[in-house]
Amino acid sequence: MQFAQVTDQMEPAQIYQKEEIAQKQNNLIEFQDITKIYGKGQAAMRALDRINLSIRQGEFVAMMGPSGSGKSTCLNILGCIDTATQGTYRFEGVQVENLSRDHRAMLRRHFLGFIFQGFNLLNRTSALENVELPLIYRKMPAKLRREKAMEALSAVGLEKWACHTPSELSGGQQQRVAIARAIVGNPRILLADEPTGNLDSVRSTEIMEMLLEFNRQDSITIVMVTHEPEMAVYADRQIHFQDGRIITDSQNDHMITDSQKGASL
Amino acid sequence: MMLWETYLLAQRTILRNVLRSSLTILGIVIGVAAVITMVTLGSGATAKVTSDISELGSNLLHIRPGQGMRGPGGARSRADDFTIEDATAIKNSVAGLKAVAPISDASSQAIYGSANWATSVTGATNAFLTVQGWQVADGRAFSDGELKAGKGVCLLGNTVRKELFGNESPIGKAMRLGKISFKVIGTLKEKGQSNFGNDQDDIVIIPLRTLQRRMAGNSDVRTIIVSVNDGVSTEVVSSDIEALLRERRGIKSGQDDDFHVRNMKELIDTLTGTTTVMTALLSAVAGVSLLVGGIGIMNIMMVSVTERTREIGTRLAIGALEREVLMQFLVESVVLASFGGLIGIAIGLCAAAIGAQLIGVPFVFRPGIVAAAFFFSGAVGVTFGYFPAKKAAHLDPIEALRYE
Repeated sequence: MQFAQVTDQMEPAQIYQKEEIAQKQNNLIEFQDITKIYGKGQAAMRALDRINLSIRQGEFVAMMGPSGSGKSTCLNILGCIDTATQGTYRFEGVQVENLSRDHRAMLRRHFLGFIFQGFNLLNRTSALENVELPLIYRKMPAKLRREKAMEALSAVGLEKWACHTPSELSGGQQQRVAIARAIVGNPRILLADEPTGNLDSVRSTEIMEMLLEFNRQDSITIVMVTHEPEMAVYADRQIHFQDGRIITDSQNDHMITDSQKGASL
Repeated sequence: MMLWETYLLAQRTILRNVLRSSLTILGIVIGVAAVITMVTLGSGATAKVTSDISELGSNLLHIRPGQGMRGPGGARSRADDFTIEDATAIKNSVAGLKAVAPISDASSQAIYGSANWATSVTGATNAFLTVQGWQVADGRAFSDGELKAGKGVCLLGNTVRKELFGNESPIGKAMRLGKISFKVIGTLKEKGQSNFGNDQDDIVIIPLRTLQRRMAGNSDVRTIIVSVNDGVSTEVVSSDIEALLRERRGIKSGQDDDFHVRNMKELIDTLTGTTTVMTALLSAVAGVSLLVGGIGIMNIMMVSVTERTREIGTRLAIGALEREVLMQFLVESVVLASFGGLIGIAIGLCAAAIGAQLIGVPFVFRPGIVAAAFFFSGAVGVTFGYFPAKKAAHLDPIEALRYE
């Protein structure tokens, strides 16, 4: 497989060869026998054991399981910030293992959005500048960038807080800034690692409803890791991990999410 | 990321912690300031030495008996003084000369009325006034008759005039040098202190013959000063004179000269050579502090990379390329270092301007050195910023994100 040289001005589609786009499959994400082993020899730890998983465009998936079950590792591999020891990962039909570190960065830049448990906003940097960050790496002109970032901030209801730094915002507000940063570039997929882990239940509900709205209205695919069943019910699909394997993979009862959605509207 | 964006980002990061940034660049500031000060003052000193000696006349040759700088003993102590005839011979047979001034000197007590002043007396001809650039302020120079007959007439330097006559006009007055009576026929324009710190105006000039006959009691000439025409090589004239004098003094080939011809240009070269070496040494010492400053920057950048590990992880997760993170940190350290360089240049130039006033040398602005110092500080930023930047860029995104 050949890839174009990564350049700063590269358009998303140029990251793939044209034939790759033609072969694009229905599934946004496809894991085949993904295995992740940490360490070597006797100390080796199998974090993921031959995982097979497909996620379609527009799905809202919750990954659950106790600590060490492999759900976070799975999310990191999905997010191209970690690589599998064995197996094949296709993102829109492109085999990620064959990509260089720079190409994986380009994938993240153009197609992925991250939300972290600890928010990971840049300190002493205004909310607006935090949201602008992904667009800076996309070489968007400053004026357009500012507009887009303001749009994203209003989508999370923080347009009035644009000039405040993270330390001046509450936890819930910080996570909303982080969500704005994740969605500002219209990613194909939003990856959330315990997005409500540091928040109380009221803020958690706010955040979940926001994610649900982005999923329903903007059909952004969301994969969320959580250990709270109350949060997982927002998803269409729940995948349970244990000891590096998927033990259940079930569709949610849509009554719940639809009623939640109705409540939020 | 575009370079301009990276620059803005670096500027923002630097301004976010002004105190730490200032402490980081302190080493560079001091280093650059020290180098600029040293080089500027050194250039000033060199310029002053050169101009002072040029004032003495860079086309002058001093011919003296003895072997110059060889120290005591040797041919010097036995060497005979020259005679007027030597000077005449030089004047007649060496080409390209403007003037030949044979002189002899003695120290004596100058007395006028109750005033009394110890001074040096130079026996000379009017050619001496030409070669040394003496101008008659009042009265006149010697007449041929006075020179030939060895009359008791004298020209007074400004210091002697002030000490003996105060505000009185000395022209035509009779005074004494030791026991001999002299008539003052003129005064000399003030020259001030020489480069070597002695008062050039503390002088009485009398006809050479007068000094020989009435004060020294011989016909010796201690020094012959030769002024060479413009455009004529002093080296050629100097070797012509040497050949002539060897012949006249009967020195066989293979024997050392028992006299020496000193070229003012050599003197300039020697003295400026000394100041140049001193400047280079001091600048090298100052340069060491630049190096230390660079290590200071590396130190802080390393700390900064560790401190901002999560930030780097976030940037990588968002899609920053390795080289973009590298550039971010590199640009940051280059901006820091160059900014330090600019401040250092400003401080250095101010310090040099003040220092030049204090030690009395001209302030010589050398744009080349300023530019070099600026680029060198930038280079220090690149060199010492590279390692921390590389470290930041190589971070594993997951590790960086998990870093507490």
